[in-house]
Amino acid sequence: MAVNVASEWLNACSGCEISILNTGEALLDLLAQLNFVHIPALVDSKYFGPLGDGTSLQIPEAVVGIVSGGVRNSEHKHVLEEMRKKVKVLIALGSCAAYGGVPAQANMWKPEEVFEKVFRGCVTTNPSPNPEDPNVPPWTPTCQALDEVTKVDITIPGCPPHPDWIADAVMALLAGKTEWKLPERSVCDTCPVIREKKSGGGPIKRMLANAEFNPEEGIDKMRCLNEQGIFCMGPVTLAGCNGKSGVPRCIQARTPCRGCFGPIRKGAKPMVDMMGALTSVGLDPKTLVDRRAIMNRYIGGHGYLTVIPARPAR
Amino acid sequence: MGKVINIQPITRIEGHAKVAIHLDDAGNVADTKVHVQALRGFEKFCEGRPVEEMPRTVCHICGICPWAHHLASSKAGDACFGVTPPPAAVKLRRLMQSIAYVSDKILHFYFLAAPDFVIGPDADYSVRNVVGIVQAAPDIARQVVKMRHLGAQILESFAGRAIHPTLSLPGGVSKPMTEAERQQMLPLAQELLEFSKFSMQFAKDNVFPKYLDAIKNIGVIEVGYLGTVTADGALDFYDGKLRLMKPDGSYDDFTYEQYTDYIGEWVEPWSYQKFPYAKQWGQLNLDLDNPTGVYRTNCLARINVADKMATPLAQKELEEFRAAFGRPAHFTLLYHYARLIELLQAAEHAVELLEDPEITSKDIRAELTPKAGRGIGCVEAPRGTLIHDYTCDENGLITKVNLIVGTTHNNAAINLSVNQAAKLCIKEGKYDQGALNKVEMAIRAYDP
Repeated sequence: MAVNVASEWLNACSGCEISILNTGEALLDLLAQLNFVHIPALVDSKYFGPLGDGTSLQIPEAVVGIVSGGVRNSEHKHVLEEMRKKVKVLIALGSCAAYGGVPAQANMWKPEEVFEKVFRGCVTTNPSPNPEDPNVPPWTPTCQALDEVTKVDITIPGCPPHPDWIADAVMALLAGKTEWKLPERSVCDTCPVIREKKSGGGPIKRMLANAEFNPEEGIDKMRCLNEQGIFCMGPVTLAGCNGKSGVPRCIQARTPCRGCFGPIRKGAKPMVDMMGALTSVGLDPKTLVDRRAIMNRYIGGHGYLTVIPARPAR
Repeated sequence: MGKVINIQPITRIEGHAKVAIHLDDAGNVADTKVHVQALRGFEKFCEGRPVEEMPRTVCHICGICPWAHHLASSKAGDACFGVTPPPAAVKLRRLMQSIAYVSDKILHFYFLAAPDFVIGPDADYSVRNVVGIVQAAPDIARQVVKMRHLGAQILESFAGRAIHPTLSLPGGVSKPMTEAERQQMLPLAQELLEFSKFSMQFAKDNVFPKYLDAIKNIGVIEVGYLGTVTADGALDFYDGKLRLMKPDGSYDDFTYEQYTDYIGEWVEPWSYQKFPYAKQWGQLNLDLDNPTGVYRTNCLARINVADKMATPLAQKELEEFRAAFGRPAHFTLLYHYARLIELLQAAEHAVELLEDPEITSKDIRAELTPKAGRGIGCVEAPRGTLIHDYTCDENGLITKVNLIVGTTHNNAAINLSVNQAAKLCIKEGKYDQGALNKVEMAIRAYDP
């Protein structure tokens, strides 16, 4: 008997949904066990019924609800609350749902500053009042993770989450479990690079030049990027970006981690921990350009990124 | 005031939008609006970020076309730093873009659009979806899933990430391709090309003939087109000059730096999405009987503005298409046909790039020194011309960003097409869910 599933995307980019498709052929077998009663990406289930004449926003009942994206406007909040009412187990899928994600960098400004820029401060835009209409939902004061708004049962982080974990969590639910969680390991724990616990010192390098490595050799012959003086969030980031096995994804491209799976455990202070990690290899955290935004790139909800007083004019 | 039909959410598209169809007292369509309800504010929160971090930040604008944002941003970064990436870096960027295109087009044609054509536009919504396709044509479905996945696997095997990549940076790319990798990838790209050929033939034999009437009924709007062509007029996804074609087929060519002379963006109070328009054609007017300033992007636009395709098989298909529908072709549902012609070009281009030994050169990144400046980078995203315009300070930190993304260009045209489809499908208060789905089909053609 297939299990009913409802799915929604809120302040999202659809990368999580594409990642589900990247399960490959195993997806077809998984699909046979799931009955999607609502998923805007794929199925024509409508909030106001198939004839568009309903009077209130409805999502069909389901056992499992999967929501990607954070909450950025009143409608996101409404849809999330409706979903919570209609499902037994709510899954937050991806780092926007888990932590606010990249769009939560907007939390560094007041909403009116963002609107001022978007509608009156772009070179090709005819300066205009902010859109205001019953069909255009107003912004919430900040961009939030789902658990800041409602109870979440399972979190599958990642930007995007790896299909291995999505399948794993769903299979666990199908087997009758009600909890699922990624193991608490750091990206470094799964990274095969050479580490000598010290760098050459000097200011932290930006990616203005490539890392040093021999392309004919594996990642296991490359020196750790932090030890090369290139800022990498691996030490404070939850492992799992490349699924159950394999080298962290960004490292495969010979580029540093930026923390897309979020902190290793709930309540961690990745910024503080990361400064410690840099210091421990002889790098000065103060020399890291754009420190606050770069260290909180994916986790700006939960109050990690907030409005700061305007900088003095350059 | 009559009733309002709310189609919400619009499904089998990316993102959040609703259609409101306002009926008059006689039950005829008085007005329609496509409300885009989401806004994230990238133009603001990119301010202050280092230019070299932009390609791996702005890709998050779209999880379906992250490579397009990734590369437009890298090109804007190249221009900010005033560097030209080495030839092998450009080839690797083009290769990744081509493979991503193939995956994207397979996704749209088979997963998002095909349910309307294979299951039928009037079928019950519970079967009119990809699961219905899997049941109706299990062998093809398995092959489709496999091929789309193969594209993602090729991207991952080289770039680590298929979604939200980090490979490309201002100045070039982060790693070279080894000869072993090239040899491994070439047969896979050839496999994608074979499947692309199959898809084109499959659609011409089984899908398009059956729906030629629908192609003509769901609508034709005579507006302009925007796309990218090479110096000799061939369609190019990665680089070239911008070509803005009027509805009558005459056109202007211009450089990236000149885009602000040709494109403006209008704001309506009822949508977060702006309305780009062709500034030199007068004010934007969304009146279906007399639209002005409206142009379209995405595949149909590209094959209309291009004098020719860049690869032989795609060119042959373009010739056949033009013999049947002329240039410019205005029928909205022809987007699906154009999409498959582009699928062929992308697959052919990928094979071509992998057959070129220069792609394995170790010279892949120009060194960067921060300086103040402005850089405009464009590529053709699957959904249309993507414009990233950055200004940075002397430390290479962003001070200003302007973004016009693929689907945004189509905002005005989508509103016109919806209005037209609603008027065709809803009369004297009579409509069913099939009629409302046909209104959505007018949107889906644009693959927003």
